[in-house]
Amino acid sequence: MSYVVPKESFNGKVLSVDFGKDDKAISVGGENCLPFLSFEGDLPNRPVIAYEIQDCPPDDWPDTVKDVYKDVSGDPVTWAKHCQDNLNAKAIALRLVSTHPDRDNRSAEDAAKTIKDVLAAINVPLIILGSNHIEKDSAVLVAAAEAASGNNCIIGKAQEGNYKTIVAAALAHNHKLIAMSELDINLAKQLNILITQMGFDKSKLLTDPMCSALGYGLEYTYSVMERIRLAGLAQNDQTMQPPILGDVGIYVWKVKEVVAPEADLPEWGALEERGIAWEAVTATSMITSGTNLLIMRHPKAIETVEKTIEELT
Amino acid sequence: MIIIGEKISVIAKQVREAMDSRDPKPIQELADKQWKAGAHFIDVNIGPAEDKGEDLMKWMVESIQQTVKAPLCLDTTNASALEAGLTVHNNEWGKPLINSTSNDPERFGMLELAAKYNAEIIALTVGKGGLPADAEERCGIAAEIMARAAEFGVPLEDIYLDPLILQVCTTQDQAMHSIKAIQMFQELNDPPMKTVVGLSNISNGVPKEMRSLIDRVYLTLLMYEGLTAAIANPLDKDLMDVVKTTDVFMNKTLYAHSYLEM
Repeated sequence: MSYVVPKESFNGKVLSVDFGKDDKAISVGGENCLPFLSFEGDLPNRPVIAYEIQDCPPDDWPDTVKDVYKDVSGDPVTWAKHCQDNLNAKAIALRLVSTHPDRDNRSAEDAAKTIKDVLAAINVPLIILGSNHIEKDSAVLVAAAEAASGNNCIIGKAQEGNYKTIVAAALAHNHKLIAMSELDINLAKQLNILITQMGFDKSKLLTDPMCSALGYGLEYTYSVMERIRLAGLAQNDQTMQPPILGDVGIYVWKVKEVVAPEADLPEWGALEERGIAWEAVTATSMITSGTNLLIMRHPKAIETVEKTIEELT
Repeated sequence: MIIIGEKISVIAKQVREAMDSRDPKPIQELADKQWKAGAHFIDVNIGPAEDKGEDLMKWMVESIQQTVKAPLCLDTTNASALEAGLTVHNNEWGKPLINSTSNDPERFGMLELAAKYNAEIIALTVGKGGLPADAEERCGIAAEIMARAAEFGVPLEDIYLDPLILQVCTTQDQAMHSIKAIQMFQELNDPPMKTVVGLSNISNGVPKEMRSLIDRVYLTLLMYEGLTAAIANPLDKDLMDVVKTTDVFMNKTLYAHSYLEM
């Protein structure tokens, strides 16, 4: 008797979400099987990596990743164009860091202007991220959504404390939305329910269950993402079927392993290589647990993960 | 947990009148209400329908599926009426379910229809004689029906074994026999056999105000043993809340504070 590969098939399907405009628009999600198991189902879209940029110079980024952008990071428009034209970014994630009250506390109007300028300069899809300050983000992302009207962006992140205004803004200006909860699968589901109960179409939603870096709780993130995916596929849980976002770079580029100099810890090896590997390994873990859209920083780490995606597809 | 909405039945006066006058509206409304309340199948019980049963079943299936995007459970002892329903059933949202066959030779024709139309089928574990005494006897009958189904070419995964629920107020000891049968039926095959009950039979004959309570407590016990489906009243919100809550305990759905609203 010949060996038959056991196959698992599911009733549920991840929703396909598109963002961007015209021929540069990208779709993520849409699969009805676990990541890369193409012999078990359909995987219409590969995981996508967006280059992270921010609206002010990245003074707090470690040198390894700050230096590669030193000629362009003084201005978000130049930085965005560099990612698109020189690094072939498929998408760009603009984080409005300077609006945070503890940073420059720049206004929502300033943020709106930055968004308009960046959108005028690029044609790849844009993800617009707040500064992760609950109150400020409600004001900033409302203004940003309006400024980006008609560009089919992804905006976020909507959290338990501020989702109402951000959902309303995404609805009004027809953007996609990131719903973020802090490593708690039940809250992730609850937030998706609350958002859809406001009349927001679940097929315009992305779930961010919160990322973490290798060595700093990655296994929790991995497990939550995997359980979200299984709830959506195996239990056909409609509220758990939006694509998953992995905001990798921000969690990786602050841990000890990407900043400790080789002089202090020679057994850890070259700092630059170490940092790139840390981001690449973290991101690769995310895509094998079900992440559909990644936000990353270092071009070499992105290149490595894109190669892995190519090989696994 | 699969709920087969039971409200469209010839026993209900409003439904019977709508059937007689071929007025689709009350039937469509009842189907829509059940579907929106969470029913996965809509049962269509037209009774024996000896006079023009074929026309009636066709009309019912088409009228209901104009409104509701769900598979139907075709419920009649009239095989030619049932076949007429199967010919017009829209399978886009799932296979139709035949209600039902049993170990009575007069009901074997239903298995033939299930094979011919690629339908799922409910198999009552009763034979020609009296009612089964206990779970073991139900299993014996189930095994005979499964063998018969194989002869007709009906895959085992298309069969829902029904232990036949009897009313608690007159045959109290049967309540536990049926629960045990649900557990034992699953062991008759790997993957486990699917199971179904006609839930409201349990509360037949008890005072009206107690029926919902008896139904939902009994359903919880059945679900704990792995019941696949129940023919029940999806408009009973208390019952549906119990189904959702038990599904959470059984890890069939993921908990969220608003799980009852989903």
